[in-house]
Amino acid sequence: MTDAQAAVAEAFQQEWGKVVATLIRMTGDWDLAEECTQDAFTTALTRWASDGVPDRPGAWLTTTARNRALDRLRRSKTEAAKLQEVAVLSVPEEPAPWGDSGVTDDRLRLMFTCCHPALTLEARVALTLRTLAGLTTAEIARAFLVPEATMAKRLTRAKHKIRDAGIPYRVPPAHLLPERTNGVLGVLYLLFNEGYSASAGEDLLRPDLSAEAIRLGRLLAQLMPDEPEAAGLLALMLLQDARSAARLDDAGDLVSLEDQERSRWDGARIAEGIRLLEAALRRQRAGPYQLQAAIAACHAEAASSGDTDWAQIALLYGELHRIVPSAVIELNRAVAVAMADGFEAGLALVDELAASGQLTGYYLLPATRADLLRRMERHAEAAASYREALELAPTDPERRYLARRLAEVAG
Amino acid sequence: MRYMLLMCGNEEDDGPAAHAEDEEPCWMPWAREMQARGVLLVEGSQLQPTSTATTVRNSGSEILVADGPFAETKEQILGYDVIECTDLDEAIYAASRHPVALNGGVVEVRPVLASV
Repeated sequence: MTDAQAAVAEAFQQEWGKVVATLIRMTGDWDLAEECTQDAFTTALTRWASDGVPDRPGAWLTTTARNRALDRLRRSKTEAAKLQEVAVLSVPEEPAPWGDSGVTDDRLRLMFTCCHPALTLEARVALTLRTLAGLTTAEIARAFLVPEATMAKRLTRAKHKIRDAGIPYRVPPAHLLPERTNGVLGVLYLLFNEGYSASAGEDLLRPDLSAEAIRLGRLLAQLMPDEPEAAGLLALMLLQDARSAARLDDAGDLVSLEDQERSRWDGARIAEGIRLLEAALRRQRAGPYQLQAAIAACHAEAASSGDTDWAQIALLYGELHRIVPSAVIELNRAVAVAMADGFEAGLALVDELAASGQLTGYYLLPATRADLLRRMERHAEAAASYREALELAPTDPERRYLARRLAEVAG
Repeated sequence: MRYMLLMCGNEEDDGPAAHAEDEEPCWMPWAREMQARGVLLVEGSQLQPTSTATTVRNSGSEILVADGPFAETKEQILGYDVIECTDLDEAIYAASRHPVALNGGVVEVRPVLASV
């Protein structure tokens, strides 16, 4: 790679979302904004090679993309294009001040618009990856295992809806902000989990969605410094991602948290996650992401599985359940209670949940029950629950894990 | 932008309670709130029940007329409002505050194709 190519690649990582976001604000036209941004990067490849890399690559790219947009609008003779041209000429390149927190970054506007609840969840995720992260339609299609044409249609449809239904391009006003912020956090966490649960090495061309989610999470935390849940989500993703190298064994099978080789956890990521979490918690507005990050931190900080502060984890799950009631959270709390107060107590909670019928068909319910019974050496009952879980488990690595455990207790 | 709010709900449910002569209709507070926000109410009305609906098709050679709404579903269009406001967020807010939405109904928000 030449110096110019390296500089363009670096600028793509740093500036793509910003240039697209600015161009959308200036032109109000998502397709035009994307195409002109793409053109600006292509132009940069030749111009930076001959003239050298500009001092402010982002400003250079924005100006080039803006001029390209003006050219295209001028060449198009329609009335609408003329109006658009006038609009572009009257809009400053730097965004206008917003509220009392100073200048709003265009990327924050873009994030909120991409994650608007009037769009389908699939469209929100795809649009965020395309416009903010700069992934190509083909890359996004591969990431979600759908044909490229399907993904192209999904993106087009979403952009048309934004335009035709009048979805505003802005950071929502105060009365909508908490709810909409949750929507943005939800899209990023979904993206992270999509990448996290996909098995590694299955398709080398599949983009790393977890890495993209962390990158976007960093951006959001930086753009919303007063929102502790944004930092909480980033901390949660970092703490979970820190364990990724130890999650699968050489055969690609899942390794339970208890059995993971903790030396393979990424210490730097854990330290960063904990630092972010502590700063967020100091604001005294703990939300679901901060609590989940706090639980992940309890695991990350334990030198061994036996050293884990299960009583603290049980408390955190209880608090989480209070804010966002869910049977799955209760199941997790049951495990923590089992480890802190004894298996009997945990098993009683699991059986209570089973009796409530809320988790019928969810494989982790019998799997958790089986696990507790195995630890209590009630092998025959454990085997029956493992068999039940095997019937319900959705993926091969999960089935292999359960079959291994079943063999242990049945053998 | 201009939006049509299509009020959908179950006809079987009790409609808005009949109001006495000297009482204001249930949508009046909504109309006042919208006006105060700068949302323009272009027009709107409650509709007669679907038992009064007639469906018309033109096959080219004949006009087909049938009794009833175009779709026999549990939820029917009960009324409509056409509003003028800044963007979809405003329209969503207007829909969320409408008596139909507050009483278990659903409001479909549709942008009106801009006339040139």
